[in-house]
Amino acid sequence: MSIQLDFPAVLERWPSFLAGAALTLELAFFATVLGALIGTLAAVGRGSRSAAIAGACKVYVEAIRNTPLLVQIFLVYFGLASLGLKLSAFTVAVAALTINVGAYTAEIMRAGFEAIPRGQIEAAEGLALSRLQIYWHIILLPAIEKVYPALTSQFVLLMLASSVCSQISAEELTAVANYIQSDTYRAFETYIIVAVLYIILSLVMRAGFWGLGLVLFPRRRRLGTPL
Amino acid sequence: MQQNPSSEPIVSLRDVQKSFGPLRVLDGVSFAVQRGEVLALIGRSGSGKSTALRCIDRFEKVDGGEIVVCGHRVDRPDVDLRALRQDVGIVFQSYNLFPHLTIEQNITLAPCAVKGMATAQARDLARKVLAQVGLEEKLHAYPEQLSGGQQQRAAIARSLAMQPKVMLFDEITSALDPELTSEVLKVIEQLAADGMTMVMVTHEMGFAKGIADRIVFMHRGKVHETGPASILTSPTTPELTQFVGTGNLKS
Ligand SMILES: Nc1ncnc2c1ncn2[C@@H]1O[C@H](COP(=O)(O)OP(=O)(O)OP(=O)(O)O)[C@@H](O)[C@H]1O
Ligand SMILES: [Mg+2]
Repeated sequence: MSIQLDFPAVLERWPSFLAGAALTLELAFFATVLGALIGTLAAVGRGSRSAAIAGACKVYVEAIRNTPLLVQIFLVYFGLASLGLKLSAFTVAVAALTINVGAYTAEIMRAGFEAIPRGQIEAAEGLALSRLQIYWHIILLPAIEKVYPALTSQFVLLMLASSVCSQISAEELTAVANYIQSDTYRAFETYIIVAVLYIILSLVMRAGFWGLGLVLFPRRRRLGTPL
Repeated sequence: MQQNPSSEPIVSLRDVQKSFGPLRVLDGVSFAVQRGEVLALIGRSGSGKSTALRCIDRFEKVDGGEIVVCGHRVDRPDVDLRALRQDVGIVFQSYNLFPHLTIEQNITLAPCAVKGMATAQARDLARKVLAQVGLEEKLHAYPEQLSGGQQQRAAIARSLAMQPKVMLFDEITSALDPELTSEVLKVIEQLAADGMTMVMVTHEMGFAKGIADRIVFMHRGKVHETGPASILTSPTTPELTQFVGTGNLKS
Protein backbone atom coordinates (compact mmCIF):
# COMPACT_ATOMS: atom_id res chain seq x y z
CA MET A 1 0.00 0.00 0.00
CA SER A 2 1.44 3.33 -0.93
CA ILE A 3 0.23 6.89 -0.92
CA GLN A 4 0.63 8.82 -4.12
CA LEU A 5 0.98 12.51 -3.35
CA ASP A 6 0.85 15.02 -6.14
CA PHE A 7 1.52 18.42 -4.66
CA PRO A 8 2.38 20.28 -7.90
CA ALA A 9 -1.14 19.72 -9.24
CA VAL A 10 -2.53 21.44 -6.17
CA LEU A 11 0.18 24.05 -5.67
CA GLU A 12 -0.57 25.30 -9.16
CA ARG A 13 -3.52 26.98 -7.51
CA TRP A 14 -1.34 28.98 -5.10
CA PRO A 15 -2.91 32.37 -5.89
CA SER A 16 -6.26 31.01 -4.66
CA PHE A 17 -4.67 29.64 -1.50
CA LEU A 18 -3.01 32.98 -0.83
CA ALA A 19 -6.23 34.89 -1.42
CA GLY A 20 -8.03 32.53 0.96
CA ALA A 21 -5.35 32.89 3.62
CA ALA A 22 -5.44 36.66 3.24
CA LEU A 23 -9.20 36.71 3.69
CA THR A 24 -8.96 34.50 6.78
CA LEU A 25 -6.43 36.87 8.28
CA GLU A 26 -8.63 39.82 7.41
CA LEU A 27 -11.67 38.18 9.04
CA ALA A 28 -9.60 37.46 12.13
CA PHE A 29 -8.24 40.99 12.26
CA PHE A 30 -11.60 42.75 12.16
CA ALA A 31 -13.27 40.27 14.49
CA THR A 32 -10.37 40.57 16.94
CA VAL A 33 -10.42 44.36 17.04
CA LEU A 34 -14.21 44.63 17.27
CA GLY A 35 -14.52 41.61 19.57
CA ALA A 36 -11.91 43.01 21.97
CA LEU A 37 -13.87 46.24 22.10
CA ILE A 38 -17.27 44.62 22.64
CA GLY A 39 -15.87 42.05 25.05
CA THR A 40 -14.23 44.72 27.19
CA LEU A 41 -17.43 46.78 27.25
CA ALA A 42 -19.43 43.68 28.20
CA ALA A 43 -16.94 42.91 31.00
CA VAL A 44 -17.29 46.46 32.32
CA GLY A 45 -21.06 46.15 31.93
CA ARG A 46 -21.18 43.03 34.06
CA GLY A 47 -19.73 45.05 36.92
CA SER A 48 -22.28 47.82 36.42
CA ARG A 49 -24.36 49.06 39.33
CA SER A 50 -27.40 48.91 37.05
CA ALA A 51 -28.91 45.42 37.32
CA ALA A 52 -30.38 45.74 33.81
CA ILE A 53 -27.00 46.42 32.20
CA ALA A 54 -25.22 43.75 34.24
CA GLY A 55 -27.98 41.25 33.44
CA ALA A 56 -27.98 42.00 29.71
CA CYS A 57 -24.21 41.50 29.55
CA LYS A 58 -24.50 38.22 31.41
CA VAL A 59 -27.23 36.93 29.09
CA TYR A 60 -25.12 37.85 26.06
CA VAL A 61 -22.04 36.07 27.37
CA GLU A 62 -23.89 32.94 28.45
CA ALA A 63 -25.99 32.69 25.30
CA ILE A 64 -22.90 32.80 23.10
CA ARG A 65 -20.78 30.50 25.21
CA ASN A 66 -23.47 27.83 25.19
CA THR A 67 -24.28 27.67 21.47
CA PRO A 68 -22.15 26.44 18.54
CA LEU A 69 -20.37 29.00 16.40
CA LEU A 70 -21.86 27.58 13.23
CA VAL A 71 -25.38 28.05 14.57
CA GLN A 72 -24.51 31.64 15.52
CA ILE A 73 -23.23 32.28 12.02
CA PHE A 74 -26.44 30.93 10.48
CA LEU A 75 -28.51 32.99 12.90
CA VAL A 76 -26.74 36.17 11.86
CA TYR A 77 -26.80 35.19 8.18
CA PHE A 78 -30.48 34.29 7.97
CA GLY A 79 -31.49 36.79 10.61
CA LEU A 80 -30.06 39.74 8.71
CA ALA A 81 -31.44 38.35 5.44
CA SER A 82 -34.94 38.09 6.88
CA LEU A 83 -34.67 41.71 7.98
CA GLY A 84 -34.12 42.50 4.32
CA LEU A 85 -30.47 43.46 4.82
CA LYS A 86 -28.31 42.37 1.91
CA LEU A 87 -24.81 42.13 3.31
CA SER A 88 -21.80 40.40 1.84
CA ALA A 89 -20.75 37.04 3.22
CA PHE A 90 -17.62 38.75 4.52
CA THR A 91 -19.58 41.31 6.53
CA VAL A 92 -21.84 38.64 7.96
CA ALA A 93 -18.81 36.54 8.87
CA VAL A 94 -17.11 39.45 10.63
CA ALA A 95 -20.31 40.27 12.52
CA ALA A 96 -20.85 36.69 13.67
CA LEU A 97 -17.21 36.14 14.66
CA THR A 98 -17.19 39.44 16.52
CA ILE A 99 -20.28 38.54 18.50
CA ASN A 100 -18.77 35.15 19.27
CA VAL A 101 -15.31 36.21 20.35
CA GLY A 102 -16.71 39.23 22.21
CA ALA A 103 -18.43 36.92 24.69
CA TYR A 104 -15.27 34.91 25.38
CA THR A 105 -13.24 38.11 25.65
CA ALA A 106 -15.75 39.42 28.19
CA GLU A 107 -15.16 36.42 30.43
CA ILE A 108 -11.38 36.71 30.14
CA MET A 109 -11.42 40.47 30.78
CA ARG A 110 -13.69 40.00 33.78
CA ALA A 111 -11.06 37.73 35.30
CA GLY A 112 -8.48 40.42 34.55
CA PHE A 113 -10.57 43.13 36.21
CA GLU A 114 -11.07 40.95 39.28
CA ALA A 115 -7.31 40.47 39.58
CA ILE A 116 -6.77 44.19 40.22
CA PRO A 117 -6.24 44.66 43.97
CA ARG A 118 -8.99 46.63 45.70
CA GLY A 119 -6.32 48.92 47.18
CA GLN A 120 -5.35 50.17 43.72
CA ILE A 121 -8.89 51.33 43.12
CA GLU A 122 -9.18 52.94 46.55
CA ALA A 123 -5.92 54.80 45.98
CA ALA A 124 -7.28 56.09 42.68
CA GLU A 125 -10.59 57.06 44.29
CA GLY A 126 -8.63 58.86 47.00
CA LEU A 127 -6.96 60.90 44.25
CA ALA A 128 -10.41 62.01 43.05
CA LEU A 129 -10.31 60.11 39.78
CA SER A 130 -13.75 59.35 38.32
CA ARG A 131 -15.03 55.82 37.74
CA LEU A 132 -14.34 56.08 34.03
CA GLN A 133 -10.85 57.47 34.60
CA ILE A 134 -10.12 54.63 37.03
CA TYR A 135 -11.13 52.03 34.43
CA TRP A 136 -9.13 53.77 31.76
CA HIS A 137 -5.92 54.66 33.63
CA ILE A 138 -5.72 52.17 36.49
CA ILE A 139 -7.63 49.00 35.66
CA LEU A 140 -7.59 48.44 31.91
CA LEU A 141 -3.92 47.97 31.03
CA PRO A 142 -2.91 45.93 34.10
CA ALA A 143 -6.02 43.77 33.57
CA ILE A 144 -5.11 43.18 29.93
CA GLU A 145 -1.54 42.41 30.90
CA LYS A 146 -2.65 39.82 33.43
CA VAL A 147 -4.80 37.93 30.91
CA TYR A 148 -2.78 38.64 27.77
CA PRO A 149 -1.77 35.00 27.11
CA ALA A 150 -5.41 33.91 27.44
CA LEU A 151 -6.55 36.70 25.11
CA THR A 152 -3.90 35.77 22.55
CA SER A 153 -5.03 32.13 22.56
CA GLN A 154 -8.66 33.13 22.28
CA PHE A 155 -8.06 35.29 19.22
CA VAL A 156 -5.90 32.66 17.53
CA LEU A 157 -8.66 30.16 18.23
CA LEU A 158 -11.10 32.57 16.61
CA MET A 159 -8.97 32.70 13.48
CA LEU A 160 -8.95 28.89 13.28
CA ALA A 161 -12.68 28.70 13.99
CA SER A 162 -13.36 31.16 11.16
CA SER A 163 -13.02 28.12 8.86
CA VAL A 164 -16.72 27.41 9.48
CA CYS A 165 -17.48 30.63 7.60
CA SER A 166 -16.96 28.50 4.48
CA GLN A 167 -20.55 27.39 5.19
CA ILE A 168 -21.91 30.80 4.20
CA SER A 169 -19.50 30.90 1.26
CA ALA A 170 -17.16 33.52 2.60
CA GLU A 171 -14.11 32.90 0.41
CA GLU A 172 -11.73 32.24 3.28
CA LEU A 173 -9.02 29.60 3.34
CA THR A 174 -11.18 26.54 4.05
CA ALA A 175 -13.76 27.54 1.45
CA VAL A 176 -10.97 27.92 -1.11
CA ALA A 177 -9.64 24.51 -0.16
CA ASN A 178 -13.06 22.98 -0.70
CA TYR A 179 -13.17 24.31 -4.29
CA ILE A 180 -9.62 23.26 -5.07
CA GLN A 181 -10.01 19.72 -3.82
CA SER A 182 -13.20 19.20 -5.79
CA ASP A 183 -11.51 20.61 -8.93
CA THR A 184 -8.30 18.64 -8.60
CA TYR A 185 -9.52 15.50 -6.82
CA ARG A 186 -6.47 15.94 -4.58
CA ALA A 187 -8.19 16.34 -1.22
CA PHE A 188 -5.37 15.07 1.01
CA GLU A 189 -2.71 17.28 -0.56
CA THR A 190 -5.04 20.26 -0.49
CA TYR A 191 -5.78 19.94 3.22
CA ILE A 192 -2.14 19.33 4.07
CA ILE A 193 -1.32 22.65 2.41
CA VAL A 194 -4.26 24.31 4.15
CA ALA A 195 -3.13 22.96 7.52
CA VAL A 196 0.36 24.34 6.96
CA LEU A 197 -1.11 27.69 5.97
CA TYR A 198 -3.23 27.78 9.16
CA ILE A 199 -0.13 27.08 11.22
CA ILE A 200 1.66 29.95 9.51
CA LEU A 201 -1.33 32.25 10.11
CA SER A 202 -1.33 31.27 13.80
CA LEU A 203 2.35 32.08 14.08
CA VAL A 204 1.80 35.40 12.34
CA MET A 205 -0.96 36.27 14.79
CA ARG A 206 1.08 35.25 17.82
CA ALA A 207 3.98 37.36 16.56
CA GLY A 208 1.57 40.25 16.10
CA PHE A 209 0.30 39.92 19.65
CA TRP A 210 3.82 39.69 20.96
CA GLY A 211 4.72 42.93 19.17
CA LEU A 212 1.56 44.63 20.37
CA GLY A 213 2.45 43.55 23.92
CA LEU A 214 5.77 45.39 23.63
CA VAL A 215 3.90 48.57 22.78
CA LEU A 216 1.14 48.13 25.38
CA PHE A 217 3.31 47.15 28.34
CA PRO A 218 6.39 49.37 28.46
CA ARG A 219 7.05 48.36 32.07
CA ARG A 220 7.36 44.73 31.09
CA ARG A 221 9.58 45.66 28.15
CA ARG A 222 11.93 47.43 30.54
CA LEU A 223 11.86 45.10 33.52
CA GLY A 224 10.81 41.83 31.93
CA THR A 225 8.69 40.88 34.94
CA PRO A 226 5.01 40.00 34.87
CA LEU A 227 2.69 42.34 36.72
CA MET B 1 -19.29 88.15 54.02
CA GLN B 2 -15.72 87.63 55.18
CA GLN B 3 -15.13 84.62 57.37
CA ASN B 4 -12.05 83.87 59.32
CA PRO B 5 -11.02 80.49 57.89
CA SER B 6 -8.83 79.56 60.84
CA SER B 7 -11.82 79.51 63.14
CA GLU B 8 -13.38 76.57 61.28
CA PRO B 9 -11.88 73.15 61.94
CA ILE B 10 -10.58 71.40 58.82
CA VAL B 11 -12.06 68.11 59.98
CA SER B 12 -14.78 67.63 62.51
CA LEU B 13 -16.63 64.51 63.59
CA ARG B 14 -19.66 64.75 65.85
CA ASP B 15 -21.25 61.72 67.45
CA VAL B 16 -20.35 59.48 64.51
CA GLN B 17 -21.95 56.04 64.48
CA LYS B 18 -20.88 53.19 62.26
CA SER B 19 -21.71 49.48 62.35
CA PHE B 20 -20.67 46.57 60.19
CA GLY B 21 -23.70 44.33 60.49
CA PRO B 22 -24.24 43.71 64.19
CA LEU B 23 -20.75 44.99 65.05
CA ARG B 24 -20.77 48.56 66.32
CA VAL B 25 -17.37 49.89 65.29
CA LEU B 26 -17.82 53.62 65.92
CA ASP B 27 -20.06 54.44 68.85
CA GLY B 28 -20.41 58.20 69.06
CA VAL B 29 -16.98 59.38 67.97
CA SER B 30 -16.29 63.13 68.12
CA PHE B 31 -13.11 65.04 67.49
CA ALA B 32 -11.93 68.03 65.49
CA VAL B 33 -8.73 68.95 63.73
CA GLN B 34 -7.74 72.59 63.32
CA ARG B 35 -5.74 73.98 60.42
CA GLY B 36 -2.08 73.04 60.75
CA GLU B 37 -2.75 70.56 63.51
CA VAL B 38 -1.39 67.01 63.68
CA LEU B 39 -3.76 64.56 65.29
CA ALA B 40 -2.68 61.02 66.16
CA LEU B 41 -5.30 58.29 66.41
CA ILE B 42 -4.11 55.50 68.66
CA GLY B 43 -5.66 52.46 70.25
CA ARG B 44 -5.76 48.70 70.25
CA SER B 45 -6.28 46.63 67.14
CA GLY B 46 -9.98 46.63 66.28
CA SER B 47 -10.78 49.77 68.27
CA GLY B 48 -12.04 51.52 65.10
CA LYS B 49 -9.10 53.79 64.16
CA SER B 50 -8.99 52.87 60.49
CA THR B 51 -12.76 53.02 60.21
CA ALA B 52 -12.82 56.52 61.72
CA LEU B 53 -10.10 57.66 59.30
CA ARG B 54 -11.85 56.09 56.29
CA CYS B 55 -15.11 57.82 57.22
CA ILE B 56 -13.37 61.20 56.86
CA ASP B 57 -12.65 60.50 53.18
CA ARG B 58 -15.95 58.65 52.80
CA PHE B 59 -14.48 55.27 52.10
CA GLU B 60 -17.06 54.22 54.67
CA LYS B 61 -20.56 55.66 54.95
CA VAL B 62 -21.58 56.58 58.47
CA ASP B 63 -24.86 55.47 60.02
CA GLY B 64 -25.28 58.59 62.10
CA GLY B 65 -23.63 61.77 63.33
CA GLU B 66 -22.01 64.56 61.40
CA ILE B 67 -18.70 64.81 59.56
CA VAL B 68 -17.53 68.09 58.07
CA VAL B 69 -14.27 68.15 56.10
CA CYS B 70 -13.09 71.40 54.50
CA GLY B 71 -16.70 72.53 54.36
CA HIS B 72 -18.00 69.28 52.78
CA ARG B 73 -20.82 67.56 54.65
CA VAL B 74 -19.36 64.07 54.33
CA ASP B 75 -22.22 62.37 56.19
CA ARG B 76 -24.75 63.55 53.61
CA PRO B 77 -25.56 61.22 50.70
CA ASP B 78 -25.25 64.08 48.19
CA VAL B 79 -21.68 65.01 49.14
CA ASP B 80 -19.53 65.83 46.09
CA LEU B 81 -17.06 62.97 46.45
CA ARG B 82 -14.59 64.22 43.88
CA ALA B 83 -14.48 67.69 45.36
CA LEU B 84 -14.01 66.20 48.83
CA ARG B 85 -11.18 63.99 47.66
CA GLN B 86 -9.39 66.87 46.00
CA ASP B 87 -9.21 68.49 49.42
CA VAL B 88 -8.20 65.33 51.26
CA GLY B 89 -5.10 63.22 50.63
CA ILE B 90 -5.03 59.66 51.93
CA VAL B 91 -2.08 57.27 52.19
CA PHE B 92 -2.51 53.61 53.08
CA GLN B 93 -0.33 51.06 54.77
CA SER B 94 0.14 49.16 51.51
CA TYR B 95 1.31 52.16 49.39
CA ASN B 96 -0.89 51.18 46.43
CA LEU B 97 1.28 52.81 43.80
CA PHE B 98 0.04 51.95 40.31
CA PRO B 99 2.47 49.21 39.24
CA HIS B 100 2.23 49.77 35.48
CA LEU B 101 3.14 53.46 35.72
CA THR B 102 6.48 55.09 36.48
CA ILE B 103 6.76 57.15 39.65
CA GLU B 104 6.43 60.29 37.55
CA GLN B 105 3.28 58.96 35.86
CA ASN B 106 1.87 57.88 39.22
CA ILE B 107 2.24 61.45 40.41
CA THR B 108 1.13 63.36 37.31
CA LEU B 109 -1.94 61.21 36.60
CA ALA B 110 -4.37 62.83 39.04
CA PRO B 111 -3.29 66.48 38.55
CA CYS B 112 -3.66 66.02 34.77
CA ALA B 113 -6.82 63.88 34.77
CA VAL B 114 -8.68 65.55 37.62
CA LYS B 115 -7.46 69.14 37.57
CA GLY B 116 -6.70 69.36 33.86
CA MET B 117 -3.12 70.44 34.54
CA ALA B 118 -0.82 70.68 31.50
CA THR B 119 1.67 67.81 31.20
CA ALA B 120 4.77 69.99 31.42
CA GLN B 121 3.48 71.72 34.52
CA ALA B 122 2.54 68.38 36.11
CA ARG B 123 6.05 67.08 35.45
CA ASP B 124 7.56 70.07 37.22
CA LEU B 125 5.21 69.42 40.08
CA ALA B 126 6.27 65.75 40.18
CA ARG B 127 9.90 66.82 40.54
CA LYS B 128 8.97 69.23 43.30
CA VAL B 129 6.99 66.77 45.41
CA LEU B 130 9.57 64.03 44.90
CA ALA B 131 12.25 66.41 46.14
CA GLN B 132 10.06 66.99 49.18
CA VAL B 133 10.24 63.28 50.02
CA GLY B 134 13.87 62.91 48.93
CA LEU B 135 13.27 60.75 45.85
CA GLU B 136 14.15 62.99 42.87
CA GLU B 137 16.33 60.30 41.34
CA LYS B 138 13.44 57.81 41.16
CA LEU B 139 11.34 59.88 38.76
CA HIS B 140 11.50 57.33 35.95
CA ALA B 141 11.63 54.15 38.02
CA TYR B 142 8.71 51.75 38.32
CA PRO B 143 7.26 51.10 41.79
CA GLU B 144 8.64 47.56 41.98
CA GLN B 145 12.15 48.97 41.61
CA LEU B 146 11.79 50.86 44.90
CA SER B 147 12.18 49.67 48.48
CA GLY B 148 9.12 49.67 50.71
CA GLY B 149 10.14 52.93 52.36
CA GLN B 150 10.75 54.57 49.00
CA GLN B 151 7.39 53.33 47.70
CA GLN B 152 5.67 54.78 50.72
CA ARG B 153 7.42 58.12 50.26
CA ALA B 154 6.45 58.09 46.58
CA ALA B 155 2.84 57.44 47.61
CA ILE B 156 3.03 60.46 49.93
CA ALA B 157 4.44 62.55 47.08
CA ARG B 158 1.62 61.40 44.79
CA SER B 159 -0.89 62.54 47.36
CA LEU B 160 0.90 65.86 47.91
CA ALA B 161 0.77 66.62 44.18
CA MET B 162 -2.99 67.15 44.52
CA GLN B 163 -2.23 69.88 47.06
CA PRO B 164 -4.68 68.59 49.66
CA LYS B 165 -5.76 70.69 52.61
CA VAL B 166 -5.51 67.73 54.95
CA MET B 167 -3.64 64.44 54.79
CA LEU B 168 -4.81 61.15 56.27
CA PHE B 169 -2.30 58.41 57.05
CA ASP B 170 -3.29 54.90 58.08
CA GLU B 171 -0.39 53.08 59.71
CA ILE B 172 1.85 53.98 56.84
CA THR B 173 4.96 52.51 58.45
CA SER B 174 3.51 49.23 59.72
CA ALA B 175 4.83 47.21 56.79
CA LEU B 176 8.35 48.66 57.09
CA ASP B 177 11.41 47.70 59.11
CA PRO B 178 12.76 50.27 61.61
CA GLU B 179 15.28 51.86 59.24
CA LEU B 180 12.75 52.39 56.47
CA THR B 181 10.20 53.53 59.05
CA SER B 182 12.45 56.35 60.19
CA GLU B 183 12.96 57.64 56.62
CA VAL B 184 9.20 57.83 56.16
CA LEU B 185 8.66 59.45 59.55
CA LYS B 186 11.22 62.12 58.66
CA VAL B 187 9.09 63.06 55.67
CA ILE B 188 6.03 63.34 57.92
CA GLU B 189 7.98 65.50 60.38
CA GLN B 190 8.93 67.84 57.55
CA LEU B 191 5.29 68.02 56.42
CA ALA B 192 4.25 68.90 59.96
CA ALA B 193 6.92 71.58 60.11
CA ASP B 194 5.58 73.00 56.84
CA GLY B 195 2.18 73.35 58.48
CA MET B 196 0.27 70.48 56.83
CA THR B 197 -2.90 69.45 58.63
CA MET B 198 -2.70 65.72 59.30
CA VAL B 199 -4.65 62.89 60.87
CA MET B 200 -2.56 59.79 61.41
CA VAL B 201 -3.33 56.36 62.72
CA THR B 202 -0.10 55.09 64.18
CA HIS B 203 1.41 52.47 66.43
CA GLU B 204 4.62 54.48 66.74
CA MET B 205 3.98 55.95 70.17
CA GLY B 206 7.34 57.65 70.43
CA PHE B 207 6.73 59.33 67.12
CA ALA B 208 3.17 60.33 68.04
CA LYS B 209 4.46 61.86 71.22
CA GLY B 210 7.06 63.88 69.35
CA ILE B 211 4.92 65.16 66.52
CA ALA B 212 1.24 65.16 67.46
CA ASP B 213 -0.47 68.28 68.72
CA ARG B 214 -3.25 66.11 69.96
CA ILE B 215 -3.80 62.46 70.75
CA VAL B 216 -7.11 60.65 70.36
CA PHE B 217 -7.10 57.31 72.16
CA MET B 218 -9.85 55.05 70.86
CA HIS B 219 -11.25 52.17 72.81
CA ARG B 220 -14.22 50.01 71.78
CA GLY B 221 -15.44 52.48 69.18
CA LYS B 222 -15.32 55.49 71.47
CA VAL B 223 -12.87 58.32 72.06
CA HIS B 224 -11.76 57.11 75.43
CA GLU B 225 -9.21 59.77 76.24
CA THR B 226 -7.95 62.77 74.35
CA GLY B 227 -5.56 65.60 75.00
CA PRO B 228 -2.09 66.90 74.19
CA ALA B 229 0.80 64.50 73.58
CA SER B 230 1.60 64.63 77.29
CA ILE B 231 -1.33 62.27 78.02
CA LEU B 232 0.89 59.50 76.72
CA THR B 233 3.26 59.99 79.64
CA SER B 234 0.60 60.79 82.21
CA PRO B 235 -2.60 59.02 81.15
CA THR B 236 -5.69 59.41 83.30
CA THR B 237 -7.77 56.38 82.29
CA PRO B 238 -6.71 52.87 83.24
CA GLU B 239 -7.15 51.74 79.60
CA LEU B 240 -4.68 54.27 78.21
CA THR B 241 -2.35 53.59 81.12
CA GLN B 242 -2.41 49.93 80.22
CA PHE B 243 -2.09 50.67 76.48
CA VAL B 244 0.99 52.87 76.84
CA GLY B 245 2.32 50.58 79.54
CA THR B 246 2.37 47.43 77.45
CA GLY B 247 5.57 48.35 75.68
CA ASN B 248 3.77 50.49 73.10
CA LEU B 249 5.65 53.59 74.17
CA LYS B 250 8.99 53.38 72.44
CA SER B 251 11.42 56.19 73.03
N1 LIG C 1 -15.49 46.30 55.88
C1 LIG C 1 -15.68 45.71 57.09
N2 LIG C 1 -16.63 44.78 57.23
C2 LIG C 1 -16.84 44.20 58.43
N3 LIG C 1 -16.15 44.48 59.55
C3 LIG C 1 -15.18 45.39 59.46
C4 LIG C 1 -14.89 46.07 58.23
N4 LIG C 1 -13.87 46.93 58.44
C5 LIG C 1 -13.55 46.80 59.74
N5 LIG C 1 -14.33 45.91 60.38
C6 LIG C 1 -14.27 45.55 61.80
O1 LIG C 1 -14.40 46.73 62.55
C7 LIG C 1 -13.56 46.71 63.66
C8 LIG C 1 -12.68 47.93 63.67
O2 LIG C 1 -11.82 47.87 62.57
P1 LIG C 1 -10.72 48.95 62.28
O3 LIG C 1 -10.03 48.51 61.03
O4 LIG C 1 -11.32 50.29 62.28
O5 LIG C 1 -9.76 48.77 63.51
P2 LIG C 1 -8.35 49.44 63.79
O6 LIG C 1 -8.48 50.18 65.06
O7 LIG C 1 -7.88 50.18 62.61
O8 LIG C 1 -7.44 48.15 64.03
P3 LIG C 1 -5.92 47.86 63.56
O9 LIG C 1 -5.03 48.52 64.54
O10 LIG C 1 -5.83 46.37 63.65
O11 LIG C 1 -5.78 48.37 62.17
C9 LIG C 1 -12.80 45.40 63.61
O12 LIG C 1 -13.44 44.48 64.47
C10 LIG C 1 -12.93 44.97 62.20
O13 LIG C 1 -12.94 43.58 62.10
MG1 LIG D 1 -6.37 49.84 61.14
